[in-house]
Amino acid sequence: MNLIDGTHVEAVRRIASEVAGPAADSVDREGRFPDEAISALKKGHFMSAFAPKSSGGLGCGMVGLAAMCEALGEHCASAAMVFAMHQIQVACIVRHGMSQAFFRAYVAELIERQNVVASVTSEVGIGGEMRTSLCAVETRGDRFGLVKDASTISYGAQADDLLVTARRAPDAPSSDQVLVLVRKADYSLEKKGEWDSLGMRGTCSPPFKMTSEGHSDQVLSQPFADIASHTMVPFSHILWASCWLGIATAAVTRARAFVRVQARAKPGTTPPTALRLAEVVSTLQSMRANVDHVTTECEALMTSQEGTDALSSIAFALKMNNLKVSSSQLVVQIVQQALLICGILGYKNDSKFAVGRHLRDAHSAALMVGNDRIYATNASMLLVLKDD
Amino acid sequence: MSDEIRQILKEHGRLSVDAITLGDDDDLYKAGMTSHASVNVMLALEGKFEIEFPDRMLKRSVFETIASIRDAVAELKPG
Repeated sequence: MNLIDGTHVEAVRRIASEVAGPAADSVDREGRFPDEAISALKKGHFMSAFAPKSSGGLGCGMVGLAAMCEALGEHCASAAMVFAMHQIQVACIVRHGMSQAFFRAYVAELIERQNVVASVTSEVGIGGEMRTSLCAVETRGDRFGLVKDASTISYGAQADDLLVTARRAPDAPSSDQVLVLVRKADYSLEKKGEWDSLGMRGTCSPPFKMTSEGHSDQVLSQPFADIASHTMVPFSHILWASCWLGIATAAVTRARAFVRVQARAKPGTTPPTALRLAEVVSTLQSMRANVDHVTTECEALMTSQEGTDALSSIAFALKMNNLKVSSSQLVVQIVQQALLICGILGYKNDSKFAVGRHLRDAHSAALMVGNDRIYATNASMLLVLKDD
Repeated sequence: MSDEIRQILKEHGRLSVDAITLGDDDDLYKAGMTSHASVNVMLALEGKFEIEFPDRMLKRSVFETIASIRDAVAELKPG
């Protein structure tokens, strides 16, 4: 990470500990949007962190973004996930829309106004299969209409604009998809249910029926299949894994503090929890090593000419999928161990060693795109991948 | 070779149109081929032509059209 990105990461770290953290319990308890954290991030111009410096953004790389997500994840996983999901949408626009005048103007607006963008991919009737859509863009002259029954839209009610997947046209096959930016003034959301979940309660992700229209300029011209493999999937898996790494790190930090308190109470004896702490610290290192390695490699591929080709390869897709499934399993394993170490003080919510929220938030990881779905995709790819 | 490729696409490509009617340069993904189906197409091609696609060739662009598939197979099976 370069020096400038490092400065930005430090600033987000301060927002995480001074703003997101103190509000985290309330966000979780009430299942409310993490207003305080998002406002602070907007004030620091971090919603446009990935936008290029030449346009007025911070020009942060993947490594910097990942560090920001991890820092936020340590203090409020919901705030971290909202931030991460927004960055994924911005990355899609910045990496695939700059040849289109509309999107260049939109990025400028996003930098100035710090618009929050939500993702509308999942759809009633197709589950979490991102590369399939039922709804279609209906073109009327130079305008379009798009109605989508979304099974979940994270922070849909709080977002400014939406990035929506849909079939290219009413007669297009279900996997022939485009990505459309839908503006706040041009869409309405009908809430179809609640978001009262085990964890990630502040992501406010109920189902919505979205009715929208706009100008055909708002459709990204690159096929969604390419946007997905080049950007949406790698950014999603890396930034989510970074949020989860933050959750795991926070839980281990509490477990470490707990064990030190036990040790100080009886100097000369090693508390039994110390062995379990040694175990979980090792597991955390493995999780971190995987996230860091894949993040660094991905940034290198994305910023080099030859690397771009590798982004469409099956080998790259496999690696990205592996990061997701592995991290989603390790975060639960790590937090669970931290809970065992902290015992009743970890189990109680009103304790400085509480890890209940961390555990509940961690359980979302295996479900946001179900791991079995991802493993099935990997299994299919391994039928042809040679590792040559 | 194009006919054999079309036959494989017909059997495994799960296209929304009849593969036999597709032009050499028609976009197979726009014709409904999913990533999953493309893996089955790759397997069938490897079996039929007794070739192995190296990892560097396992990307979307190689399997985008009948023409691009033909070029890939020809590269691996000269003569």
